[in-house]
Amino acid sequence: MKYMMFVCTDSEPETDESRVPDIEVWVAGNDAAGRRITGNVLAAPSAATTVRVRGGEVLLTDGPFAETKEVIVGFDILECADLDEAIAVAAAHPMAHTGRLELRPYADR
Amino acid sequence: MTEDVGAAVEAGWDSYARIVASLIRVTGDWNLAEDCAQEAMAAALERWPRDGVPGNPGGWLRTVARNRAIDVLRRAAVEKTKLREVAMLWDPSRPPAEEIDDDRLRLIFTCCHPALSLEARVALTLRTIAGVPTADIARAFLTSEPTMTRRITRAKSKIAAARIPYRVPAADALAERLPGVLAVLYLLFTRGYDADGEPAFAAEAIRLARLLSALMPAEPEVPSLLALFLLQHSRRDARRDAAGDLVTLPKQDRSRWDRAAIAEGLEILLHTPVEGPYAVQARIAACHATARTFADTDWSSIAGWYDQLARIQPSPIVALNRAVAHGYANGPDAGLLLLAEARADGALDNYPAAIAVEADLVARAGDRPRAAELFRAAAAVAPAEVERRALLARAAELA
Repeated sequence: MKYMMFVCTDSEPETDESRVPDIEVWVAGNDAAGRRITGNVLAAPSAATTVRVRGGEVLLTDGPFAETKEVIVGFDILECADLDEAIAVAAAHPMAHTGRLELRPYADR
Repeated sequence: MTEDVGAAVEAGWDSYARIVASLIRVTGDWNLAEDCAQEAMAAALERWPRDGVPGNPGGWLRTVARNRAIDVLRRAAVEKTKLREVAMLWDPSRPPAEEIDDDRLRLIFTCCHPALSLEARVALTLRTIAGVPTADIARAFLTSEPTMTRRITRAKSKIAAARIPYRVPAADALAERLPGVLAVLYLLFTRGYDADGEPAFAAEAIRLARLLSALMPAEPEVPSLLALFLLQHSRRDARRDAAGDLVTLPKQDRSRWDRAAIAEGLEILLHTPVEGPYAVQARIAACHATARTFADTDWSSIAGWYDQLARIQPSPIVALNRAVAHGYANGPDAGLLLLAEARADGALDNYPAAIAVEADLVARAGDRPRAAELFRAAAAVAPAEVERRALLARAAELA
């Protein structure tokens, strides 16, 4: 089962930094176990371009499609047996502590 | 319908969860599992009064449900291996008892998965495990049937789409997940026990706690929760007068308490260690259940248990009840002091029970006009009509 994991900021991060896990350890461990297919950090939302085509015309907007305080700053594609495994992988990611993660399953199984 | 048939159909509901749970495991199809279990129940209701109750009612229900599932799957041209698996279900030549028990536990843990909203968990548990009609669930949660249907359908879709596993969590995760399951049962029970609740839900919660207790005997909080339910539920007939109005604990006719339920609850507590909040709450309920009269209540023990509960599971409601207990054990002034502490963070603002507690303490401290005023203020913010009437009656007594 594949899950897209959106990595987002959050207005109420964990204050005790000693509890936040290390990202290098997370990436290395999940890559080695075959649970992380790919992933990356994204440039700031100010670098985003939103694209629509209406009536054959390409319409471009500067910025992300939704202006919110919490923004997507990265993503990972996970391969997990089920949601419980994906939750365990997500909970060990530093941004689960300092931000928030959204697990979205692929629609095809 | 004869009484025998009625009892057999009632006992058949115990088979319902087994049938649904095993069919979900093998087919992965929640709707199919429910439909087939319901059709088996309907067939029993139709045939047993006419043809007599079969020698093994549970086996009869399982066979009807399984055959129905095979029919549906065959028509849907499901692959042969799955059909064979369904056909092998409940094969009397194999000893399947443990496997079936595991299926029901799997079902409970999946329905109560924390990735589902709490409302969805409660609704799904009622619908899938207890077989309660969606219309009844909707009524109890003050919403329309289509809304409740959508909520349940969405929960089932999420289980499939996000692949919420159909299994009991492994040992380390179990400790983390069990409280969530017990919270669903507790909410279900209070939904049945509340002033404007659906009384049948309290009985359903007891049935589920009994099942979970039998399936997980090594987890002390599970039998503790069952004992808590039994002890509270023992007062159900004494809690309402002939007009349907609430009767407060001091005024209840204790001869109407269910002695068998109390005995069962106390027996469970005898051999269950105090390990968590339900164990403590059950002991508080036991103190009430064993007091011959209200005046005989062992308030200093109850106050001690509330001190412990406030340490292991602090909440505004626990703080409020702790104030009540100390108010009886150590006098109204001690109670008012703890009430002020409980209210300090504002969580109990406009909470009718907190105002009623203050009213009661003030009355016992001697200021009757102020107490009557407070009871009227509590009635003004109470959500249920029966509660309002009870509070206004208290105010009238003090005038």
